[in-house]
Amino acid sequence: MSRHWLRIREELAGRIAAHGVETYPHECCGALLGRDQEDAREVVELLPLANQRNDSPRNRFEVTPEDVRLAERTARDAGLELIGWYHSHPDAPARPSEFDREHAWPWYSYIIASIRNGQPSDMTSWRLQDDRKAYDSEWIEIVAPVALRPGGRPRNHPAPQAAGANGEQERNEWLLR
Amino acid sequence: MAIKVIIPTPLRGYAGKQDSVDVQGATVGQALNSLTSRYGELKRHLYAEDGRLRSFVNVYVNDEDIRYLQKDDTPVKEGDTVSIVPSIAGGAFQAEPSTLAKKQNSRGEGLDGHQD
Repeated sequence: MSRHWLRIREELAGRIAAHGVETYPHECCGALLGRDQEDAREVVELLPLANQRNDSPRNRFEVTPEDVRLAERTARDAGLELIGWYHSHPDAPARPSEFDREHAWPWYSYIIASIRNGQPSDMTSWRLQDDRKAYDSEWIEIVAPVALRPGGRPRNHPAPQAAGANGEQERNEWLLR
Repeated sequence: MAIKVIIPTPLRGYAGKQDSVDVQGATVGQALNSLTSRYGELKRHLYAEDGRLRSFVNVYVNDEDIRYLQKDDTPVKEGDTVSIVPSIAGGAFQAEPSTLAKKQNSRGEGLDGHQD
């Protein structure tokens, strides 16, 4: 079976970690909006959501069907797809728990950010197997901005529109880390 | 005219890559049974082992949540739309004892809320 890949800009990965830090010691959650391509999935934007699990927010998260519909509409309006979800594991490994597996949907990418003592620690991504018995890990390809080299040419990725407000950043090319 | 069942994105791969499927039935339960009879792989994602809809599977008839109607027995008629809408849930393992101990010391909090 081919390995799953999930491409994400460094800035977006940083925002997921920052969301986890912000809500620590509670779990954060949000939607991954992007494109599902043959060679790799790409996260293009995030939709942070409120954790609706008020009774046990330190080790549980919940996104209501209304918020799922909101995420689908937001993706559609941006010409994107709802490709998955992220959540944090405060003071716990960035691995799916049994509870995660029992409640997971197939096809979606599930990013888990481990936040330890209020600081980002690790980030992984997973997809539920067809038979629901286990997850496949998904390689995260972090795309980082680097300064344009003289004569350098973009390798795989055009500069994203959200590259930043200043001209310096606009001139950056995006390479795989 | 049939009843249209809207398939959520994560399940389309198990329903011939379609975003909706036309089925027959007099109730929501019958309509979903008609769907899973045709696309058997959908069953494990919609129903728990006890045969009941999984807790994170939400079903609407023309935008009305069947939990507030008659659940599986909610009547449907030709032209109705039945939507399957996910809710998303999950959470961490039990936090590691060393971390918990530190937290207890620094915050005076117990272990409640960390039991998986």
